[in-house]
Amino acid sequence: MNSETQKILTTDGIPLEVSLKKAERKNKIKAFLLVAPLLLFIIITYVIPIGSMLTRSIDDKMVTEMLPKTFKSMETWDGQELPPEEVFEAFYLDFQNLVDERREGKLSTQLNYTKNGFKSIIKKLRRKSKSFVEGNYKEQIMSVHKRWADVEYWQAIKRRAPAYTVQKYLKGIDMYKNDKGEIVNVSEDRRIHRLLWLRTIEVALFVTIFCFLMAYPIAHLLATLPMKYSNLLMICVLLPFWTSLLVRTASWMILLQQQGIVNDFFVFIGLVANDARPEMMYNKTGTYVAMTQILLPFMVLPLYSVMKTISPSLMRAGKSLGGTPFTTFWKIYFPLTIPGIGAGCLLVFILAIGYYITPALVGGASGTLISNQIAFHMKATLDWSFASAMGLMLLTGVLAIYWVYNKIVGIDNIKLG
Amino acid sequence: MNKEFVKFDKVDKSYDGKILVVKDLQLDIEEGEFVTMLGPSGSGKTTCLMMLAGFETPTHGEIYLNGKAISSIPPHKRGIGMVFQNYALFPHMTVYENLAFPLRVRKIPKDEADKKIDKALSMVSLQGFAERMPGQLSGGQQQRVAVARSLVFDPQLVLMDEPLGALDKNLRESMQYEIKHIHESIGVTVVYVTHDQSEALTMSNRIAVFNDGKVQQLSSPDELYEKPVNSFVAEFIGENNTFAGEVSDISGGKCKVKLANAEILANPISVKRKGEKTKISLRPERALINPSDKMDNIHSGKVEEVIYHGDHTRVRMNVLGNNQFILKVPNSSANLDIKLGKEIKIGWNSEDARALDPK
Repeated sequence: MNSETQKILTTDGIPLEVSLKKAERKNKIKAFLLVAPLLLFIIITYVIPIGSMLTRSIDDKMVTEMLPKTFKSMETWDGQELPPEEVFEAFYLDFQNLVDERREGKLSTQLNYTKNGFKSIIKKLRRKSKSFVEGNYKEQIMSVHKRWADVEYWQAIKRRAPAYTVQKYLKGIDMYKNDKGEIVNVSEDRRIHRLLWLRTIEVALFVTIFCFLMAYPIAHLLATLPMKYSNLLMICVLLPFWTSLLVRTASWMILLQQQGIVNDFFVFIGLVANDARPEMMYNKTGTYVAMTQILLPFMVLPLYSVMKTISPSLMRAGKSLGGTPFTTFWKIYFPLTIPGIGAGCLLVFILAIGYYITPALVGGASGTLISNQIAFHMKATLDWSFASAMGLMLLTGVLAIYWVYNKIVGIDNIKLG
Repeated sequence: MNKEFVKFDKVDKSYDGKILVVKDLQLDIEEGEFVTMLGPSGSGKTTCLMMLAGFETPTHGEIYLNGKAISSIPPHKRGIGMVFQNYALFPHMTVYENLAFPLRVRKIPKDEADKKIDKALSMVSLQGFAERMPGQLSGGQQQRVAVARSLVFDPQLVLMDEPLGALDKNLRESMQYEIKHIHESIGVTVVYVTHDQSEALTMSNRIAVFNDGKVQQLSSPDELYEKPVNSFVAEFIGENNTFAGEVSDISGGKCKVKLANAEILANPISVKRKGEKTKISLRPERALINPSDKMDNIHSGKVEEVIYHGDHTRVRMNVLGNNQFILKVPNSSANLDIKLGKEIKIGWNSEDARALDPK
């Protein structure tokens, strides 16, 4: 093949490829300009805030920036015995800077997170350091308090040297780095996060199962009923969407409370005694009931859209070939609905695992989930970096589920509508 | 052979309690026969098929299969094979699994089932396609799989609901012959539903023409075409020239029919006495140009349109006030002088001009 046939030219001698690109460039620019506002909007309102929240979870620059000289001089210190004079001198200089800027209080708070006991000795150091003389800072500082002569405190300072830390993540799974830098579990009575993670997964799993069991027949009915009835049923399914989430949750509170309608009914039909009304709210039961109801449409819709595409003649064919109604359902109808089941379950599970308002209102102590814990740290303790660390862990978990699902079922098998 | 292998006995069907879709249907189908239900859409033919398959229940009357009443038997116990309009292959199963489904539910051992599947696939010449998914097959191949699947469990009766409707013309024609040959070679009874008359004429032993929920005529293809019993059948099957008029005389197996400005001789089929209104039906190929003197109807007409069709020429003429009179003229050198606007003589035998109901 010679080069002339390889490169096709247009009539005026421009290579065809170049000509094609030129012809399409205008359209490409136009298309990009059309999506540009949305792209910008997503970047500003979504990518940037989330990104900054996530960097906050590993960000530990505060102490690094407060003690730059100290950490520099500590680089050569092996951390086994008390640091040499240069470290003390550098620390003194950094500290004087902080005192001038009135930031030594923040330092004491931060260091106190790492090791208890810093607060008082820093206060004392500030008072005494005014009368320090030049030279031999090691002696002078150590004389302020006996803890300043304890190598463990200097090790604690050194641990804050890196600008980034995974400490918040460890805390999220009830672990921490001890004085020796080993990763260990927190004591048993303080392990609350693992419990919350497990409970979140458990609740999400059961809500998904309940939703599936309830949605499958509804979706089937929706897909097979004649139009005028199925429209009405569809409105019933979608009605919750048009009602505020808070209103729905609040109505569940009215229904489920101990003097509520459901309990009244149980007493009325003699299922329970009047003085032994079961608690159905402020515990897991309440969370299950309310979340299942609220997430049900997310299961019904993907199932419905898949079932709608299954030709009724397939079921007829199955029956005419001799399959009993059950065999026909199980061997033919059910396998064809799997894409919808996958989509619905994934959707409900992901929504349930990060659910916040409903468990917060009806969950009580035993029904709160990890998202409530995240909100707690956002609003009450203001430990945003911990909150965002847990947020990222949740996100990673969801992505992991998505990945596993993709491996098993294949994401392109999903049908949402 | 069982003359009443399938028997519809006074079957009525209504979906809404107001309109009868099938009215007082009486139909016997012989064992081993290929019967086509032919009719326009909404004529009740598919409903009849669905009642036979068990997906619809008759509102009144009973259907018998091999002497047994089947109204109370659910579809999966009737043992009737069925081919659906859109093939209804199970999309998540391979061709092999599709064919194995009816055998598995009947608990037929695997080696025997494999033999049956091989046989069924070779019958529709699809050997080597067993492991394909239905989505990987062309429309014609899917259709063959559907046919093979309906036959693989050796049913005594196979129902086909417009199975060729979705195929293009050439494929449809070759499938018609294929299905016909399969029917001939295994002798299964086939009830076939279509609205395509040429399909019905090609394939069937007998055709039941449906209209308005009733069987208008049940007879062999040639009889249906040559001897329609009423004007609906005459007009529905093939082309047809009509003259509306009134019987003025009837005697000796012939009748005179008075038109607006002429009188023609016809064959009285559904007219009995003088004065009755009638519609005369005449097939285009039964009217000849340059008629011989033996013909008892000779008239002249003006050529209004000439359409060349290769092997023949269609001529539209104005004959006795009917300007839609169609003539099919073979393309031989003797007929070259047919020109637009020319007056020519045409003639036909009164036997072929059937005086039917005036509808």
